[in-house]
Amino acid sequence: MANVTGSSEPQRDVGASFGTAATEYAADRAVGAPSEGGPDGVAGRSQLSLAFRRFLHHRMALVGLTIFVLLVATAFIAPHFWKWGYADITPEFATSPDAAHPFGTDTIGHDLFAQVLIATQTSLKTAFIVTVIATILGTVIGAVAGYYGKLADAALMRFTDLVLTVPLLALLLVLANILSKQSGNYLYIAIIIAAVFWTYLARLVRGTFLSLREHDYVLAARAIGARDRRVIFRHMIPNAMGPIVVNATLTVANAILIESALSFLGLGIQPPEVSLGSLINNGQGAATTEWWLFAFPSGVLVLIILAVNFVGDGLRDALDPRQTRVRA
Amino acid sequence: MTPFVLRRVAAGIVILFVASFLTYVLVSESGDPLATLKANPHTTQATIDAARARLGLDHSLFERYWLWLSHFVQGDFGKSTQGGPVEPQLWERLGVTMKMVLPATLIAAVIAIALGILGAVRQYKPDDHISTTLAYIFYATPVFVLGILLKDFVAIKINNAAGHTALFTVGDSTPGFTGSFGARMLDDVQHAVLPVLTLVLVSYAAWSRYQRASLLDVLNSDYVRFARAKGVPRRRVLVKHALRNALIPVTTVIALDFATIIGGAVITEIVYGWEGMGQFLLGGLTGPLTPDVNVVQAWLVITAAVVILFNLLADITYAALDPRIRYG
Repeated sequence: MANVTGSSEPQRDVGASFGTAATEYAADRAVGAPSEGGPDGVAGRSQLSLAFRRFLHHRMALVGLTIFVLLVATAFIAPHFWKWGYADITPEFATSPDAAHPFGTDTIGHDLFAQVLIATQTSLKTAFIVTVIATILGTVIGAVAGYYGKLADAALMRFTDLVLTVPLLALLLVLANILSKQSGNYLYIAIIIAAVFWTYLARLVRGTFLSLREHDYVLAARAIGARDRRVIFRHMIPNAMGPIVVNATLTVANAILIESALSFLGLGIQPPEVSLGSLINNGQGAATTEWWLFAFPSGVLVLIILAVNFVGDGLRDALDPRQTRVRA
Repeated sequence: MTPFVLRRVAAGIVILFVASFLTYVLVSESGDPLATLKANPHTTQATIDAARARLGLDHSLFERYWLWLSHFVQGDFGKSTQGGPVEPQLWERLGVTMKMVLPATLIAAVIAIALGILGAVRQYKPDDHISTTLAYIFYATPVFVLGILLKDFVAIKINNAAGHTALFTVGDSTPGFTGSFGARMLDDVQHAVLPVLTLVLVSYAAWSRYQRASLLDVLNSDYVRFARAKGVPRRRVLVKHALRNALIPVTTVIALDFATIIGGAVITEIVYGWEGMGQFLLGGLTGPLTPDVNVVQAWLVITAAVVILFNLLADITYAALDPRIRYG
């Protein structure tokens, strides 16, 4: 009974944001070389398949994954079959949800269902780009700092501190203010958010690398003459994959939240493009009279974040039970 | 310890200096404060020149930064583009933000620690499941959705039930309100309830999960099991042995989050129309006559200094409370 509801187990993010805690955590975390089902091990069960089995036992993570996949599929497929485009002006305006407009229409006559679909797409695309850029950047910078140590470490970590010192939203506001005057395109917004988000992963990877580089298999690889690049990419990064993957999932959720906050402030996605944040912003003035304008985009937003967080918790339990993370 | 603190203070000052320079350049380049003036066809060249001279825009960017810096180190925050000195505004805004953030952080910390202890002690019991579910929901709800819900639905219901305005939804106090000290306090509280509640709900969720996880960690440790084994009563083990250690990580996390939020709970301030630090920054970036670089700089040095200071305090407390941590 106890392990059926594994969903209560994961420790909800928010980690201490200083290097020592991460280092300490990394140091007492036993990271072994990947065992591809050794001779005396369980036949055919790699670390990956073990992790996969642990993930499948995490009920809420599976629910989250299902909801997330359904949302993604709906957001990208449904617009092709839906009778209204997101920018179409329908003859009905400010109608409450009915058969023709399941989410109602806004005061201009936009079909809200079509808009929410496209807005969800925008949010997901933004989050995807942020996650890819921030993960690659954070991993490489953290790996270089942790592997080489000394001057490279000091320089890169002071730079990370600098980015972290200026509170997140301030940096985003300034950058968004500069860029959104040229374009409110989701690509720009994603690059801006990624420019800040890599810092968390860089610290995490650095901490992990500081402990990994003391391991014998790293020494062995170097002893037989492997180049630094090979040691980092072939031996160390695969062993640091747990924290990296978990962090990437949580970056998806945080990126969606930050993007919607920026758009809510009018500094993110610009009209005629829509994002969940800008739809909620449009809907807030009429939250009591035309409740659907506020309720549907908000509901979808909360649902996405919940789903992603559950997946993240499941992954953390499966890959890296001791990991903690800094919240933006 | 002392060399460590001194080194960190020195590094903090350097980071602050670099951050102030970068922000100055970024903000100055993000737009032209005279754009609206120039767009007006009735403005003569002489007026524009006079305004340029008044704002010091006839100097180069580096000269302007140097001027700002030399005034700043003497405690002069300069003038805003609107003409008035920045400093009195800054303290006023900081005061408004503190009225919201200080009670919110205290209440959220108490709730989070209490629920975290409850969740760990009664792991997987119904009350743990309820508190976990609520924490997940609040953690996934963006602050603007929560704020609008409380403002447009909860507050209106309560005010209708009370028959008068029991909870104000706009501003931090009634403008021009005079009365006894008690009456003014009551007015402040009536304004603060909703924004404080909003901030409490978004912050407690993550903290309580963190507290729960760290207490569970400690409760499963050898020394707690040993204390139980030698017959120390459960309650005494919890209070004297476990809690003392389990509180360390969560206090540092709360301290760091508090530091970040001094920069203004921008969105909460906007939803409830509070003129705090967040709106101060936003006004310096997006209002008329912007970018208002002196305003943004004043905001930055205060918030960045608080972030650096609290980071240091968190590290010191951490080391003082946990003798296993040593700073070289």
